[in-house]
Amino acid sequence: MIALKDISKSFSGRPVLQNVNATFNKGKCSFVIGASGGGKSVLMKCMVGLLSQDSGVIDFDGRDFLNLDYYKKKELRQEIGMLFQGGALFDSLSVEDNVAFPLRMFTNFSKSEILDRVNFCLKRVKLENVNKLFPSNISGGMKKRVGIARSIAMNPKYLFCDEPNSGLDPLTSRVIDELIMEITEEYGITTIVNSHDIKSVFDMGDHIVFIYQGKSLWEGTKDQLRNSGNKELELFIKASEF
Amino acid sequence: MKFLEQFGRYILFLRACFRKPDKWRMFWRAFFTEVYKMGNDSFLIVSIISMFIGAVAVIQFGSQLQGSLVPMTILGRIVRDANILEFSPTITALVMAGKIGSNIASEIGTMKVSEQIDALEIMGVNAASYVALPKIFAALFAVPALVTYSMFLANVGGAISCYFSEMVSVDTYVQGLRMDFNSFFITHSLTKAVTSAFLIATISSYNGYQTEGGALEVGSASTKAVVQSCIAIIFFDYILTQIMLY
Repeated sequence: MIALKDISKSFSGRPVLQNVNATFNKGKCSFVIGASGGGKSVLMKCMVGLLSQDSGVIDFDGRDFLNLDYYKKKELRQEIGMLFQGGALFDSLSVEDNVAFPLRMFTNFSKSEILDRVNFCLKRVKLENVNKLFPSNISGGMKKRVGIARSIAMNPKYLFCDEPNSGLDPLTSRVIDELIMEITEEYGITTIVNSHDIKSVFDMGDHIVFIYQGKSLWEGTKDQLRNSGNKELELFIKASEF
Repeated sequence: MKFLEQFGRYILFLRACFRKPDKWRMFWRAFFTEVYKMGNDSFLIVSIISMFIGAVAVIQFGSQLQGSLVPMTILGRIVRDANILEFSPTITALVMAGKIGSNIASEIGTMKVSEQIDALEIMGVNAASYVALPKIFAALFAVPALVTYSMFLANVGGAISCYFSEMVSVDTYVQGLRMDFNSFFITHSLTKAVTSAFLIATISSYNGYQTEGGALEVGSASTKAVVQSCIAIIFFDYILTQIMLY
């Protein structure tokens, strides 16, 4: 479980996040939704430790990320998987080496054990016979799938996805959504997805947090989403469905 | 004020770089790849430049000495010392700044803007150390090796120039090359080479690592890396010469 308590962050005096509170449960796919520039990405960067919040606590199952020492932070980071908007695959490495990277870096597995794990992860995201291809030789959807395979290689406890559907056609988006949902349930991962895609939210959002102008305005389930009673959220949904 | 801020960031970047690598095996693999890339990519350009530096030095110094009472054997000695003390370490370093400096900055800059550095950080990898440390150590190995090679080739270039210009015979030139050799000059030259290598690799890595934005910023970081490296090389060239030779 990840709990956010009064998270605030500002850049050059301009507040981007103001007292954001939210709870993301284990084995559930939680969505952070909101308009562009509303603070979703900054919130995610704070959660994964790329940015430090000005105040508040980000609690990973009882561990306050900001106050952990260097080595504890490192340990916690190895429990985090992240799927980036553009995939963020290492250009100089093949698909196989990309997925094998965290295993080579943090485990003492033998070459054959690493290869087995890589093939398992690639098969899990429905990619086969692409091991030797380079990121520049595969499509956007395949990059995202390789990104997911790399994220799950270390059996993460927490999975963060930054706009996983951006730039993808509806069919591929659906495949990616299903993969994220299956993996979350299968491995009991705490998954947090940043998204604009309201269809994905209704399809797979177990829990939704609506961020508006840096504040967490609403939190609930997808069934409560249509009757949230929140004007800004209703406007956002209407605009997204238009 | 801005310079101090940048310098502070540079020091913090170095502190992050010089941490124990997460996995030595991956560090050594990256190190050897970088040494090969730096050496192989710069070998031809360093060879050509060194030969011509030596050749031009012979003609320029030779024309100054002609008609004077100074014996022409001194030409070999002057060219040798100039090559060892200044031309080879400084010009090779400047060439390397342009060649590998821009390469390092653009490679790391591209990784930064395409979120590859963020991906490393999130995995728990010390990204600064992972991307920059093998390059820094590779430069510390490759640049002095190329400077040593350049010293040799510059003197060979001088001999070839003697052969074609008939200013002085090759035998006389070689006699001068072997005259009053001071081995401390090699120490001085290699000290400059190591310093330059450190400056090129760290300044370029730092500029790449600080890149934010897109392709335009990567280009700008690459240019900044080359300019700052060249200025730092010339500055430390002066400082080291002042300290070590006087």
